[in-house]
Amino acid sequence: MCTTCGCGDTSLVPVDVHEKILAGNDRVARHNREHFAAAGVLALNVMGSPGSGKTALLEATSRASGGRWRLGAVSGDLATDNDARRLEKAGISSRAITTGQGCHLDAELVHDALHGFAWKDLDLFFIENVGNLVCPAIYDLGQAANLVTLSVTEGEDKPQKYPVMFKGADLVLLTKCDLLPHLDVEVSKILDGLKRVMPRFEAIQISAKTGQGLDAWIGWLEARRAKVARGTGAAVHAHSHEHPQGHEHEHEH
Amino acid sequence: MHEYSLVQSLVTRVESLAQAGKATAVHRLVVSVGELAGLDPELFQTAYDTFRAGTICEGAAMEIRRVPARWGCGGCGREIAKGEVLTCPDCGLPARLSAGGDEVMLETVELEVP
Repeated sequence: MCTTCGCGDTSLVPVDVHEKILAGNDRVARHNREHFAAAGVLALNVMGSPGSGKTALLEATSRASGGRWRLGAVSGDLATDNDARRLEKAGISSRAITTGQGCHLDAELVHDALHGFAWKDLDLFFIENVGNLVCPAIYDLGQAANLVTLSVTEGEDKPQKYPVMFKGADLVLLTKCDLLPHLDVEVSKILDGLKRVMPRFEAIQISAKTGQGLDAWIGWLEARRAKVARGTGAAVHAHSHEHPQGHEHEHEH
Repeated sequence: MHEYSLVQSLVTRVESLAQAGKATAVHRLVVSVGELAGLDPELFQTAYDTFRAGTICEGAAMEIRRVPARWGCGGCGREIAKGEVLTCPDCGLPARLSAGGDEVMLETVELEVP
C-alpha cells in the first residue's frame, strides 16, 4: 500500500540485481564445460563468416591429423545438415543443429545435441557455429577455446569491423591462403588489424586446399590436448549447478 | 538478431524477480550495455518494446546505460587507446578491458508491490 497517504495504490520497490542477462546461458555453459573437462574432451568453438572455411578446416584437420584423435562435431546451420554430412564423410562423427532463423548457437542447444551422441569417447569436439561474425561471439558454449576462421578474401579491415568477435578469439585461422597470389591483399595488414582487437593475438595462416600451415595448426591442437587431463573424470566431477528439470544424461555422477 | 533472444532472457529473469517480490507489475528496468558487448542499444530497445507486450514488462520502461570500453595494461595499468595494438608497450602484457565494457547487465528493477 502507498505509504504516503494510505490510498491503496501500489508502492514502488527498487531491487538491485546487477546480474548478466546471459547468466542463464552461462550456467549451462559451465555445465557443458565441466562435462567436457571430466571426460577429457577438448571442446572448441569454431566461428567465422559464412563461407570462411569452417567446414573445410575441419575436413583438413581430419586428413592432417592422420587418425591420431577421435574427432567429433556439431554443426549449427540455419536450414540444412550439409555440413554435418560433409564432416561425416571426412571421418568426423557429426550432428547437425538446425537453428531455423537462429543466428547463433547457445549453450542449451549444444547441451541438447550431446544427448544420444557418444561425445565422451572423443578427443576433439568441434562446435561449428552458425556462419556469422556478430551474434555467436557473446554466447559461451562451454568450449575450452574460441577459434575464428577469417578467409583472406574477406577484406583487410575485417578484424577492426568486428572487434567483439576477435576480442574473444584464442586463435585466428587465416584461411584460403592459397588464393593470395590472385588477390590484392596484404596479410601483414590483416595481422596488424588483429593485434589491435585481440589482446592475446595468435594467428596461423593456412590453406585447406594445399595443406599450408596445417602442421602449425595440428601443433596448436596438440598443445591444447596436452592440457586436457584424461581420466580425472567422474571422481573430481563436481557440479556447480543443480538438475532441476531432471534431464537425462548419459553421464554418471 | 540476437537482440530478441536477449530480450527473452531479460523478460524471463524479470518475471521471476517479480514473482519472488510478489509484485503485480514492473515499473522500470535499468540495463547496462558495454560498448564491446556485441549488442546495439537501439536495436535492443526496439526488440524490448516489441517483445514486452503481454508480459510482466508491458508497462515497464527500460533505461539503457552505456558503459564505455577502455583498454589498459593488466600489469602497470597504462591506458591503451582504442585502435592501438592491445599489448602494453612497456610491459609486453596483454591489455585488459575495463569492468562492464563487454557485458550486458540487468542492474535494477522497480517492482510495483500492493
